[in-house]
Amino acid sequence: MSVPLPPPRRLVELTVDGAPVRVPAGATILDACGGAGQDIPTLCYGDTLTPKNACRVCVVEVEGSRTLVPACSRKAEAGMVVGTSTERARHSRKIVLELLASSADLSATPGAAGWIEEYDARPARFGAQAATVEQPVKVDNDLYVRDYGKCILCYKCVDACGEQWQNTFAIGVAGRGFDATISTEYDAPLTDSACVYCGNCVEVCPTGALSFKSEFDMRAAGTWEESRQTRTTTICSYCGVGCNLTLHVQDNQIVKVTSPHDNPVTHGNLCIKGRFGYQHVQNVRPEPPARPAPEAPQDALASGSDVPRAASGSRSPGSAP
Amino acid sequence: MDLRFRDAEPADEERAAVDAVLGPPPSSWHGGRRTDEDLRFASGGHAARERRDLLLPALHAVNDRVGWISEGALDYICRRLTVPPAEAYGVATFYSLLSLKPRPARVLHVCTDLACHARGAEDVRRHVQERLGPPGTSWVAAPCLGLCERAPAALTLEAGAPPRATVHAPAEPAPGAPGGDQVLVAREEPAAEEAVPQAGDPGLVLLRRVGVVDPASLDAYRATGGYAALRRAFELGPLGTIREIEESGLVGRGGAAFPAGRKWAAVAAQPVRPHHLVCNADESEPGTFKDRVLMEGDPYALVEAMTIAAYATGCAKGHLYIRAEYPRATARLRHAIATARARGLLGEDILGHGFAFDIEIRRGAGAYICGEETAIFNSIEGYRGEPRSKPPFPVEKGLFGKPTLVNNVETLVNVPAILLGGGAAYARTGTKGSTGTKLFCVSGAVARPGVYELPFGATLRELLTLAGGTPAGLRAVLLGGAAGAFVGPGDLDIPLTFEGTRAAGATLGSGVVLALDAGADLARILLRIAEFFRDESCGQCVPCRVGTVRQEEALHRLGRAPRAEDLTLLREVGQAMRDASICGLGQTAWNAVESAIDRLGAFPLSVTTPTSPEPS
Repeated sequence: MSVPLPPPRRLVELTVDGAPVRVPAGATILDACGGAGQDIPTLCYGDTLTPKNACRVCVVEVEGSRTLVPACSRKAEAGMVVGTSTERARHSRKIVLELLASSADLSATPGAAGWIEEYDARPARFGAQAATVEQPVKVDNDLYVRDYGKCILCYKCVDACGEQWQNTFAIGVAGRGFDATISTEYDAPLTDSACVYCGNCVEVCPTGALSFKSEFDMRAAGTWEESRQTRTTTICSYCGVGCNLTLHVQDNQIVKVTSPHDNPVTHGNLCIKGRFGYQHVQNVRPEPPARPAPEAPQDALASGSDVPRAASGSRSPGSAP
Repeated sequence: MDLRFRDAEPADEERAAVDAVLGPPPSSWHGGRRTDEDLRFASGGHAARERRDLLLPALHAVNDRVGWISEGALDYICRRLTVPPAEAYGVATFYSLLSLKPRPARVLHVCTDLACHARGAEDVRRHVQERLGPPGTSWVAAPCLGLCERAPAALTLEAGAPPRATVHAPAEPAPGAPGGDQVLVAREEPAAEEAVPQAGDPGLVLLRRVGVVDPASLDAYRATGGYAALRRAFELGPLGTIREIEESGLVGRGGAAFPAGRKWAAVAAQPVRPHHLVCNADESEPGTFKDRVLMEGDPYALVEAMTIAAYATGCAKGHLYIRAEYPRATARLRHAIATARARGLLGEDILGHGFAFDIEIRRGAGAYICGEETAIFNSIEGYRGEPRSKPPFPVEKGLFGKPTLVNNVETLVNVPAILLGGGAAYARTGTKGSTGTKLFCVSGAVARPGVYELPFGATLRELLTLAGGTPAGLRAVLLGGAAGAFVGPGDLDIPLTFEGTRAAGATLGSGVVLALDAGADLARILLRIAEFFRDESCGQCVPCRVGTVRQEEALHRLGRAPRAEDLTLLREVGQAMRDASICGLGQTAWNAVESAIDRLGAFPLSVTTPTSPEPS
């Protein structure tokens, strides 16, 4: 089988922090910065989505531009002179981090704590009375949880649910300004919405505002330990598409399923079966997360003895719990 | 797209309102009556989705008829237009004039913005609150209604068939018991020329017909030189017309002052078709009302100007996006467009030159941000009125992704004058950098508030003199509206040109000149400006969405006790908003407050507190 090669792309040369960088035409400043070894923080940027450039944490200074420009979406142009760490760029990044950290809970955002330290951001300076998006967690289904107190309104879940991937359009941005939220129509529960539980919104959420119920419960119980988890990429067995699944396993239990974003077919997207239909593998009913942590390994061993039974059970699909 | 609806049925009234805009439903799949035909009915793909731009008109129709949009009504609209309900809900909740919760048919909008605040809006608000209780359903505190010359203003919008709008300006408490029907005195709205103290002055260019010519009569318009400019454009041809505009040096009057000729030439040169024309009549900058006066007083001039612009740039269709707070201007333009169409001045073969062009009016629904040149596209297309990132610029990818010319009302109304006198002659008025005449919206503490037309280069003092003299005890003048800047009483000799105000660290913006006297509560006004931007931020980018909130919080604290930390915080957040916001709203939201601190000495720190880190 021959693989069609795309036409060769012209290279454009620009300067990033004083060093010349060459990137293919159409690449963004962020790509160019990556090529120059510059690590620019991003939040609303998604490797599988069209940049929305809403969070503005990736802004850089481009010579001749009145305002700073978002590195994630601005295309690199020949002769551009980009400064990633100029005083203006660092100032805006620091303020954006302060604004975000003071209004939303970034405790589950990978990288946030490091950036806050790196840019010396002090979110507390807005005072204890500063308005936040804090609100009760929405748990209205068994598969995933919406904790909008952690939401930074990056639009990624909306884009993944809507026209960019899933075409389901169960959620949208509602309201305006600081009161804007991610919402179904009339804020109806997910179970009444168009949601098909593909979990592709959870896959792209950068702050943990959307999380799998399994992960949410374990975090609440204090049993979520990423360092003890293994990740195994395999192929989904439900149909012939051949989506890749990455099984996150802790104590011999699948605790969540993600998908590699570089998969050329699915780009990290799955359906409800691949994402959530793994119970038959371990065939244990989810227990209340009240187990004391030290005993967890023994429990896992004990449940490990169930595995053969689960495997034999999985031959007849109807027996899955 | 697999639409899923919840089982909510529209009321007959809601269904009728939607059908009046979209026509009867073609099948039971669209919510119509079930027939045998429906068994062999297919609908989908682009054909089903291409009417998305009718979403806002359909939402308006229900809101206008019933006063709010129920779940059944929203579902019905979504079925008709193949729009996911979650998206339609997001669009409807974006606009402050649309309600998704039950509310009374009649809602009173009390302006609490700058010009009205300077003229006693607080008393009106207190009176209304006494009579109607806390704001929320039957009345709301509104941003600027564009009735600043008659401040304080209020507007009653009453849903029904047809919906009714009553302007109360100046708002006067009506006697009566709490809960009574009449809260503010309803009065006949004065003619548009009442807002133009110079009306009838032979030296006027843009306002020359206001108060002189019947705005409802096409014959009267033609008898006073109307449509001569369009004939001239046909003689010159598209390129010749653009050359005249370029020679005139006309720059956009919306605030950004971009050369109009360059924009026209860029659109005309785009090979992609069709081209679109959008007239930005979403005049929402607090303190601005010049476009309303132009549209009410001389609507045909705008229709003719749009026709010329469309001819020069090759547009087959024009959208006139007007804010919903302007019911009279909307009615006059509707009438003007209908009569022009009936007389062959719009439509398939204009004046027998084979040029086809028509104008469609689109109403905003209460969102300042929709005056931003790319947010207006999203709003017309039926999406949330969020600005797009640039590049690509509108001349390349604008409305429906096609090359688009966006001009503000005042900019366009200059066009007939340029063509009749020639671009070079036009450029002789004003200064080198700012040619022609400019409309100024004078309000606040002046004897004769209103719209004034002056050649560029006149000073602020001259303008205030025209408006009844520099007020005694003048504290400050706000130039350019909430996104503009304050100047002090010592700055009255600033020449009112784009370059002159820029050199003085201010801006002409949309032409707002709001005078504040010694009685004005500066801290309260600055807080109102911050509240305005917090309310009107679309919420898309973080610096603006959260920054406007943090600035408002800091101004609350500063109003109680000035502290150096809060001033530093304002400056730091303001700098990030200016540098990193997506659009002009966030980029300019802090300008006025900054200028008040720097020039007017707002929030002076007491001697005991540490000094401000910035030089005074």
